[in-house]
Formats: sequence, C-alpha cells, structure tokens
Amino acid sequence: MKDVNTEGYTTEDGRKIGGVVMEMKNITLRFGGVAAITDISFDIREGEIRAIIGPNGAGKSSMLNVISGFYVPQEGEVWYKGSRRPPMKPFEVARQGIARTFQNIALFEGMTVLDNVMTGRIRQMNAGLLSQAIWKGKAEKEETENRAAVERVIDFLEIQHIRKTPVGRLPYGLKKRVELARALAAEPSILLLDEPMAGMNVEEKEDMSRFILDVNDEFGTTIALIEHDMGVVMDLSDRVVVMDYGKKIGDGSPDEVRNNQAVIDAYLGVAHD
Amino acid sequence: MFYREAGDFKTTYTEDSQTFPIKFDRYRYYAVLLFAFAVVPFIINDYWVNAVFLPFLIYAIAAIGLNILVGYCGQVSLGTGGFMAVGAYAVYKLMTTFPEVSIFLHVILAGGITAGVGVLFGLPSLRIKGFYLAVATLAAQFFLVWLFNRVPWFYNYSASGQISAPERTVFGVPVTGAETAPWAAYLFCLVFLTASAFIARNLTRGMAGRKWMAIRDMDIAAEIIGVNPLKAKLSAFAVSSFFVGISGALFFAIYLGAVEVGEAFGINKSFLVLFMVIIGGLGSIFGSFAGAAFLVLLPVLLKNTLVGGLGWPTDLAAHLEFIIVGAMIIIFLIAEPHGLAQLWRVAKEKLRLWPFPH
Repeated sequence: MKDVNTEGYTTEDGRKIGGVVMEMKNITLRFGGVAAITDISFDIREGEIRAIIGPNGAGKSSMLNVISGFYVPQEGEVWYKGSRRPPMKPFEVARQGIARTFQNIALFEGMTVLDNVMTGRIRQMNAGLLSQAIWKGKAEKEETENRAAVERVIDFLEIQHIRKTPVGRLPYGLKKRVELARALAAEPSILLLDEPMAGMNVEEKEDMSRFILDVNDEFGTTIALIEHDMGVVMDLSDRVVVMDYGKKIGDGSPDEVRNNQAVIDAYLGVAHD
Repeated sequence: MFYREAGDFKTTYTEDSQTFPIKFDRYRYYAVLLFAFAVVPFIINDYWVNAVFLPFLIYAIAAIGLNILVGYCGQVSLGTGGFMAVGAYAVYKLMTTFPEVSIFLHVILAGGITAGVGVLFGLPSLRIKGFYLAVATLAAQFFLVWLFNRVPWFYNYSASGQISAPERTVFGVPVTGAETAPWAAYLFCLVFLTASAFIARNLTRGMAGRKWMAIRDMDIAAEIIGVNPLKAKLSAFAVSSFFVGISGALFFAIYLGAVEVGEAFGINKSFLVLFMVIIGGLGSIFGSFAGAAFLVLLPVLLKNTLVGGLGWPTDLAAHLEFIIVGAMIIIFLIAEPHGLAQLWRVAKEKLRLWPFPH
C-alpha cells in the first residue's frame, strides 16, 4: 500500500479512497497515573472505513472520545482537514462535522424517532428564537427543508414505520438504527461508530453491516468504527488499527493485520517461558 | 367516532408538523377559541371572572412558562413565585414611571425583564442538576422576595410597602384599577394566554424545543451531537421566565390590583405552579392548561358543593378543602404519574377506534 498523504489509494473492490481527513499525531491520554492511550498516531482517509480493534480495555473507546472531543489528550495533536484542531468543546467538534454513535445507546428517550433524527440536523438549522416563536420565515423554511433531508435518511435506513414512535418504546436493534440515523442526518465528514453491533444477533448484525456499507457507498461517508466481532471488522473495513494496553500494535489492511504476529499474540495470548 | 385520522392525508411536511394534525382536533380548537373570545365575555359576571377565569388564565401562563423549563428542558425550578414577583414589580415600576406608554407594552417588557433575571439565576444550572438545582432556585425565590420587601425604590417608597396598580386603559377601556369591567380584564388576560400558548407551542415543536428535550433526556449525548448546553439551558430559563414574568405582571395588575410581595409571591406560589405542571403533565402545553384548570377549579368546586350545596360551616369546609385537594393530588399522581395530558392522550387513542376496537 502506498503511503501518500494527498493521493490516497484504491481498495480491493475498486473504491477510490481520498486524502487524509483526520490525523492523530502521537496522542497520549492519561487519567491520573493510568495511561489510557500512549503515543498513538494514525490517519483516517476520505471515503474509507477505518476500524479500531483491540482486546477489552485497550483504549479504543478512549480513542474515539479523543476524536469526538470528549477527552482532551495531554500530549499529541489532532489534525482535521489540514489544520491542527485546538482544544474545543464536544459540541463544537460536532459542528465541524464529526458525528458519532455510542456503545450504550444515547438516544433521547422521551422524543419521537423523527425528533431524534431531526436533532441530528442541528448543524444545518440556525433560525433565531424569534423566528421559531412565530413559526414564520427562516424557521418554517428550515424545518421543511431539513425534514426532507431527514426523511431521506429515514427512508434509507428503513425506519419509516416508527417515525412518530417515542424512542423509549423501541426494541434494542431499532434503537441502534435510529442512533445511526441521527448521526447520519448530520451529513458528517467523519462518522464514528462505537460498537455498532454490540448485543445484536447474527441477523441484526448482517443488517447493520449492510447499512454501514451502504452509507459508505451511497453518501461516500468516511467511517471510523470500533467493533469486537472480528468477522465483521475484517469484512467491512479498508484499514484497521489494532490497539492493546493503550499502544498501537498494528495498522494496515485486514490481511496485513490478520498475519501480524503482535496482533495474534495480543488476541490469543503468548506463552511465557 | 368523529375522531379519525383516516382519510386525512398529508402531502407536505409543513402539514405534517402542524400543531393539530387531525382535522377534528383543529376544528375543536377553533371552536374553543371562538367561544372564549366571542361568547364568554358577554356572559360572565364579576364572580366568575375573579373566582375562576382570571386565576385560570394567569396560572396557565405561569404553568406554560414553568413547563418549558421543567417539562421540556428538565431543569427543576422552585423560584416561580420569585420570578412572578419580578414581573409584578417590573410592571409596577414601568406603569408608574412611564404612564403614557400602553400597559400592553409594559406587560411584555416586564416579561423581558424577568427573562433577564431568570437567565441570571439560571447560571447555576450549568454546573448543578436535579435536586441541587432546585435548592439553588429556592435561593432565587427567597432572595427576590426579600429584595422587593427591603428596597423601598421598588415600591416607590409607599408607607405600607405594598404596590397597587394605577388605572390604565387599552383602547379607552380600563383594564387595571377599580373601574375595570370583568370582561375587559378577562379579554386582556386571554390575549396574553393565547399568544403565550402559541409561542410556546411553536418553540417546542421546532429546533429550540428539540434542543431542550435533548438536554432533558441525556445532556452528554446532546452535547456530543452539537447542542450547546449553555445556550440551550439559558434560553430555556429566559423563555420560561418571560412567560412567568408576564403571568406575575397580570396577577398583580389585573387580578389583585394591590400586592404585598411575601403574601402574593411566596414559596407557596412556586409550589402551586409546580404542582400544576406535574399534575397537568410534564412536557405538554395542553398539560399546563389542564393542571391550571384542575388546581383553580377544584377548590372553587369543593367550596360551592360543601358550603353552598350541603350548607356546612365555611371554616370547616375550608379545612376539608385542603385535605381533599391534597388527597386528590396524591391519588392522582399514583394513578397517572404522567398527568392529565397523558390521560387525555390515552382517551384520544381509545376514541380513535371507538366504537369498533377490533
């Protein structure tokens, strides 16, 4: 694989992957004396599906939290779209076009599916309070336009029938899909998925995999995901970062990673002699 | 049977997101509005206005305001009485300082001033949540009442420490002071209630409402998808206090006419409005109306039945009234914790299928 920052590469199935969208440079994150992430660097390229894998407690979720601005690393730099990102609040990161889903679903239970997904459009809607109060002018126009965009996402993820249902009443698998819809509605530059298939049965996993591939294919969305199911990861992703005890132990295409001795050791354990 | 959504097709998103998507609902709403504006003013007398309509209208505005804060944004507040006092004193100062300006404008300005004060006391919400925030807003309640009691400038150095509303007119008709006709006071408050409900409904069905509800349901997730928690919480405090301020201004200027702050806007008032919101239904504009109606009408009804109907002594009836209202609140909350609005919703669901449930 060529490593050229601007050119990108072509995947096995013939998709063109663009330049670097996000680059993590020597990230170190500590909680007191515990180093959750130690000196990790990797990049995410435009249009690719990038997986972060590793055993439990490897620091994958912490890494995702660094990307989404929830944690600020003590050392290292986050480069986004060609410039260094200063430390900022999570909602500012979101407004730059980074959307995410959560390992333990974080939907707004009291709101309907439609309202949940509409909340994802927050970046695109900025009518003033006064305009919203009388429901005229910019507010009304925005509401209708963004509703159309949201309906496309709802259509795409096949959740039309539950549009007006309060999220609290939905089963787990559908909630996961609604959460994906909410993240997708933001039309993000990078979509972060934290264990999108956790707790699903085989059928639901297949559905979700199909949706992830479709999203990437249809909208060209760059996706970074954390997942435990190795079969899923190897099938879906273009490149994989492997973490263990907060360190990077492998990075490359699924095949390269699969044959990496350090990775095999981390997953299967090593005999101490 | 009449309550049907079948055959009522929506072809645009605007139609789909309107307040009353079902035709029957919409017509009923227009009918109620027409009745309230065109029929009620001609048939009400002094007793009805002062015992039922004015308190209902004014408390409904306060309940809408508090519901935005507690029901939609999830920030518990026990400072409602204090904020109503701000509205009352603001309108009093405005009325006496600028007598030539319309009272209509004064009431709105009083709402604006209360919004500012609300934002100030809403600042702790950025750091603390739940019960602790309730305690912090309790500080607002006591501080504001103390302030209006102790600083003579607020009551224009009057000897009694009370404030009393001078006569003001709208289109030549007096709406404050002793000369006020019942129907004028009623209509004046009704206009404000209608506008408040309209604005509150629009805000809560749009992006502002979604941001508030997102903060209420899961504040961390809301922040990560791009809701600025500072702006969302403070805007909820501002909008909520705006309505509460208006209701305080009306409570003083139209309903009571003269006010002693500790009596009219004490902690009891905060609890009363909070009960209205809880009994009516958190996170529902209709619930604010229902809760206000429930807590205003129930005592009147009980008094009329016990004293008027059964001929009991007034003092006994007054005490029994407390017991019965209290018991009903408890029973009600056990039976339907989501309030009158939820009962109404369930009734509508049932009505959709009635009389052929299968």
